Amino acid sequence: MIAVLPQTTPEPDIDSILAHYPQARRETLIPLLQEVQEQHGYLSRPAIVRISQYLDLPTSKIYGVATFYNQFRFQPQGRFHVQVCRGTACHVKGSAAVLEAIKRELKIDAGQTGRDGLFSLEVVACIGACGLAPVICINGVFHASVTTQSVIKILDSYRRKAANHDDQAA
Amino acid sequence: MTTKPLERRAAPGTAAAFATYPELLTWLLDADSSQDEAVRQQRQDRVAELRRDRLVRPAVFVGTGTCGLGAGAQETLDAVRAYLDRHEIKADVIKVGCIGMCSAEPLVDVQMPGRTRVMFQQVTKDKVDGLLDAMLGGQIPDKLALAQHRHARLQPWDDVPFLDEHPFFAPQTRWVLVNCGLIDPAQIDEYIAHGGYQALAKTMRQYSPDQVCDLVEASGLRGRGGGGFPAGKKWKFARQAEGDHKYLICNADEGDPGAFMDRAVIESDPHRLVEGLVIAAYAIGATKAYVYIRAEYPLAIKRLKVALAQAEANRLLGQNILGTDFSLQIMIKMGAGAFVCGEETALINSIEGRRGTPRPRPPFPAVKGLFGVPTIINNVETLANVPMLVARGAEWFSALGTPSSKGTKVFALSGKVARTGLVEVAMGTTVRQIVFDVGGGIPNGRRYKAVQIGGPSGGCIPDQHLDIDIDYESLKTVGAMMGSGGLVVMDEDNCMVDVAHFFMDFIQRESCGKCIPCREGTRRMLEILQRIMRGRRREQGIDALERFHSVLHLQDLAETIRDASLCGLGMTAPNPVLSTLRFFRHEYEAHIYERRCPAGVCAELLTFTIDPDKCKGCTLCAKKCPTDAIVGSPKKLHYIIADKCVGCGTCLDVCKPGAVLKA
Repeated sequence: MIAVLPQTTPEPDIDSILAHYPQARRETLIPLLQEVQEQHGYLSRPAIVRISQYLDLPTSKIYGVATFYNQFRFQPQGRFHVQVCRGTACHVKGSAAVLEAIKRELKIDAGQTGRDGLFSLEVVACIGACGLAPVICINGVFHASVTTQSVIKILDSYRRKAANHDDQAA
Repeated sequence: MTTKPLERRAAPGTAAAFATYPELLTWLLDADSSQDEAVRQQRQDRVAELRRDRLVRPAVFVGTGTCGLGAGAQETLDAVRAYLDRHEIKADVIKVGCIGMCSAEPLVDVQMPGRTRVMFQQVTKDKVDGLLDAMLGGQIPDKLALAQHRHARLQPWDDVPFLDEHPFFAPQTRWVLVNCGLIDPAQIDEYIAHGGYQALAKTMRQYSPDQVCDLVEASGLRGRGGGGFPAGKKWKFARQAEGDHKYLICNADEGDPGAFMDRAVIESDPHRLVEGLVIAAYAIGATKAYVYIRAEYPLAIKRLKVALAQAEANRLLGQNILGTDFSLQIMIKMGAGAFVCGEETALINSIEGRRGTPRPRPPFPAVKGLFGVPTIINNVETLANVPMLVARGAEWFSALGTPSSKGTKVFALSGKVARTGLVEVAMGTTVRQIVFDVGGGIPNGRRYKAVQIGGPSGGCIPDQHLDIDIDYESLKTVGAMMGSGGLVVMDEDNCMVDVAHFFMDFIQRESCGKCIPCREGTRRMLEILQRIMRGRRREQGIDALERFHSVLHLQDLAETIRDASLCGLGMTAPNPVLSTLRFFRHEYEAHIYERRCPAGVCAELLTFTIDPDKCKGCTLCAKKCPTDAIVGSPKKLHYIIADKCVGCGTCLDVCKPGAVLKA
């Protein structure tokens, strides 16, 4: 089961999200940022400026909050968002090597998106599936007990999926 | 402030007293209220059906917690449904939570009418047809059966061990996890039929808020989130604090890498948490409660939302709970991924929409917390303990455990053990029992090295201390702590310096930056560890001297961070280093003096060589080497240039004949 995201992200529509938060105050900031990121995949500059006007908070404060938390991204995600769990259980079962193998294969660093926009890589502190360590999660689908070899095969399967999808679309 | 039980609108025991109770709860609380035999029978049938004491058709239960889904439970579920459709068999398919045995996932239970429920392990989609063919034909399929549930009135299967005899479950005492994996988390009726919300009804009828606080204090329940502060005492602080309204926060921001107890409880038995929340809010006089839950747990959030809506529809939450004057609103706040938000005051800042940095204490949150009003923050497991504690009483609760720690503790057992998963044991159980009896020991014939307990704030327990009790105080004597419940087992292939580095790296990144000892100190400690782990190749000039110099200050620095930091994160930040240094000094010495990693983990200290007898000259390693450190031509022996090698281990991974040697 592989979910394929549309290739072009639609023009951000912030106001429809803001409409969910009437009489927004400071404490709505984080839920607001979370919803914007969920819809758009990341926090764009215009989105943050719009939120700042809406909440009457300086953009610097919003960036201050958003950059503090690991959840928020300021770059668009790839079509396949690869999350590598670096929890303790995954670590003792070799997730460092798995992460290195993925970096080598995708030629990107953690927190980056590949130039073709196909993959983005994120390191997460713990997904909470420690019994299945080491775990990676691609677009919300878990892959358990991965090895340095099996991740390459998994990534290839996503590449093929994307190619097939593009062929059909063309 | 009310000191007596809240006023009811009707005398207890009368039919009107139950007017605002969910129907099912009324039946259970007042079993003989109906004189009509037929009605009574009908009610008993309904409860028996919900408790699955009596089945009219087969039932198939699929464990669909996050770990089950990770192991392929969704595909198993689809295969079960397809099988039943194809054969036109009428059976109930129930999505249950996680019973906690992650290594055996996907788990499927099958119960035939009149027979006990049998649990099957590792039922991937291809095994579904065989399993159902056999079970529906009245046979137990080979090899798949794990255990059967004991039941007084149902006929057991031959040759299948009972669940309470299985080595994973036998040493456990399941109080918090009692329903996990057994009931459908999306059905409030199943929870009620299993005794749920009776404690809430009892609280509302019999106890004043002060009495609830007394009861919880008398039971000896201590905070399960790590600190171990007596829960009843904490509630009293908030109860006595001045203020028109108060807040209750449930901390479900399970940030410890290696811990997943809270996720499993919320996914598998969310109503237990809701019930605990309502009782706690009643005790402290809160009218609003927040559940601060990690955004990384989408399934737990979804199931909790369902549970909250059901509780509200059944008047167990919201306005005038169970017809009393007590009202409570519960809101879900998603955490945005910051480890420090597990700290109470940082969590409060985060809910208020600020950076999650801690505040100086006092004032304590119980006096001045969220939005400046008295606030109590309890962990998921603490609150999940409350319903059973109230239902059965303080004496019952405190009968189990050690003098200073009562009840049970849930652990997330993971790492190098044969059986991983969620484990709930009585306080006073030894670490050895958890690792070797419940966990089944170390797989692949490797030797035990240590168990890491308490996450980044905790410590390691080596071989010689394996018989230590699970107890808040005794764990501290070996430099560890209870923590929230992560238990990661390590074997001889794990390097303790690398583990310390892993935690320092984590803490250093998660330090919020507000106070200097933590922000700068953890960074320096990480650098010291990096120097220890750095190979000679990258050392220049006075690097070696710096390495020795910094090691001399490691202990000093650790103590400064511990004594001078603002919050719990900083105060416990040096623990991973201090603990590994205490028990695994020889490994540090091997790294520092001999420049080698005995476990073969620290990449820069490794040397890779090629076995001339095994190398076939396939050139694969030379092609894949990221630093071109391997020379050789096709069909000829290859050679690794040590000065160019960065120790990444790619050659070891790709070599098919296994000619690459690591030392």
